[in-house]
Amino acid sequence: MFIINCPFCGERDQSEFSAGGEAHIVRPKQPTELSDDEWADFLFMRKNIKGIQFERWNHAHGCRKWFNVIRDTSNDKIHAVYKMGEKPPSI
Amino acid sequence: MKNNYSIISLIKNSFTYHENWQQAWRDPEPKKEYEAVIVGGGGHGLATAFYLAKKHNMKNIAVVEKGWIGGGNTGRNTTIIRSNYLWDASAGLYDHALKLWENLSQEINYNVMFSQRGVMNLAHNLQDVRDLKRRTHANRLNGIDAVWLSTEEVKKFCPIINTSPDIRYPVLGGTLQRRAGTARHDAVAWGYARGADAMGVDIIQNCEVKGIKRNGDTVEGIETTKGFIKTKKIGVVAAGHSSVIANMAGIRLPLESKPLQALVSEPVKPIIDTVVMSNAVHAYVSQSDKGELVIGAGTDAYVSYTQRGSHDIVEGTLKAILELYPIFSRMKMLRQWGGIVDICPDASPIISKTNIKGLYFNCGWGTGGFKATPGSGDLFAHTIANNEPHKLNAAFNLNRFVSGDLVDEHGAAAVAH
Repeated sequence: MFIINCPFCGERDQSEFSAGGEAHIVRPKQPTELSDDEWADFLFMRKNIKGIQFERWNHAHGCRKWFNVIRDTSNDKIHAVYKMGEKPPSI
Repeated sequence: MKNNYSIISLIKNSFTYHENWQQAWRDPEPKKEYEAVIVGGGGHGLATAFYLAKKHNMKNIAVVEKGWIGGGNTGRNTTIIRSNYLWDASAGLYDHALKLWENLSQEINYNVMFSQRGVMNLAHNLQDVRDLKRRTHANRLNGIDAVWLSTEEVKKFCPIINTSPDIRYPVLGGTLQRRAGTARHDAVAWGYARGADAMGVDIIQNCEVKGIKRNGDTVEGIETTKGFIKTKKIGVVAAGHSSVIANMAGIRLPLESKPLQALVSEPVKPIIDTVVMSNAVHAYVSQSDKGELVIGAGTDAYVSYTQRGSHDIVEGTLKAILELYPIFSRMKMLRQWGGIVDICPDASPIISKTNIKGLYFNCGWGTGGFKATPGSGDLFAHTIANNEPHKLNAAFNLNRFVSGDLVDEHGAAAVAH
């Protein structure tokens, strides 16, 4: 339970948002040429980091826009919030 | 087994005011090398060590635990045991565990207080009714006891449930597995620890794994806070922290770790003598022998290792509990806690070899690992000892995420994930 600073709406309770998991997983450019191993890697394998994680959130009960968050999963402290398509800020 | 627990030992020790009981397990320093090392001293890890020593004669082994025995998810769950899973692979796995539960106290000479009080799963809408009836049939085809109960039969079996048709999610019926029930979770960890220790297994507490040493595709040992331990076989049973260990070995797993919460009420006189679970509203409740209501809530939707959960999750669960059991409206909740569960995309576990020789993973149990403890340990021990899975855990390999042969128990199991 924590507060997320939505880049469009400002600070709101986490319960207004839905978590979208690990960020910056790029969809393969040529899906038809992917091997089964590469598909498994893209679809299922996750870093699941204990510590600083880059992740996606959606303000589901607000502006409904997606954005990125840098959060420490060991203590739920949020270090930065940035919009989709932007380069992650250095922390 | 040395120092066997029995009625005679109880009487004998009562003469000395119970001050001369032996320590249940030793507290050894790690040796330089072991035949195998189990990472994680929870129920599953200790059971693995127990069956490695007992059935596969591997006695020069160690269990390393970063905290203390019984301090992780083993001591944080709601102790529900059942095997009424939909798919054949899951039914085989969980019923194997349930059969081991039925004789566990005798097998490890430790009273785990296994109580086959039944587990009832409620249906709240037409789709629930269809799904649960289908699961009942599937269970019976797999030799697992299951019956469908009408609303009246639900009320008869557990009279405090509000079966009025005008509640938000009315009870349209339910399923009952009578062989299911609960056990004392701490006793399971302590009993397996004592049993493994008696056969020579070193249980090393306060020893955190810091790295996995590899030579190409083969493991050579583990770096720990108590120094380097050489071994050719590493069995990782680290629950929520499985990915952390996997990252040390340079591999990724299909897991996300999330907080799962539970809470207990103040103790009251016996009021509910079974376990009632409700998939649709995500509320489940039983009563401990101490009299506390034991209530399980849901997981948070985001990755976190904080061992605490969000308040709104507890609030949602308690709202559902109150609608189903208006009698609890003035109960006070005593304690609330969280544990970190590792969830697979198909909500089924992984008991598997990896691409690295000598590295095995037993993980992905998500929200329902406790019920499988004896079976999980037995099958993981078989996998480590023979370097091949047992037929009961063959479907639960890591390769299923490549082949696509998933064991999809999302929602099909008796509880929403």
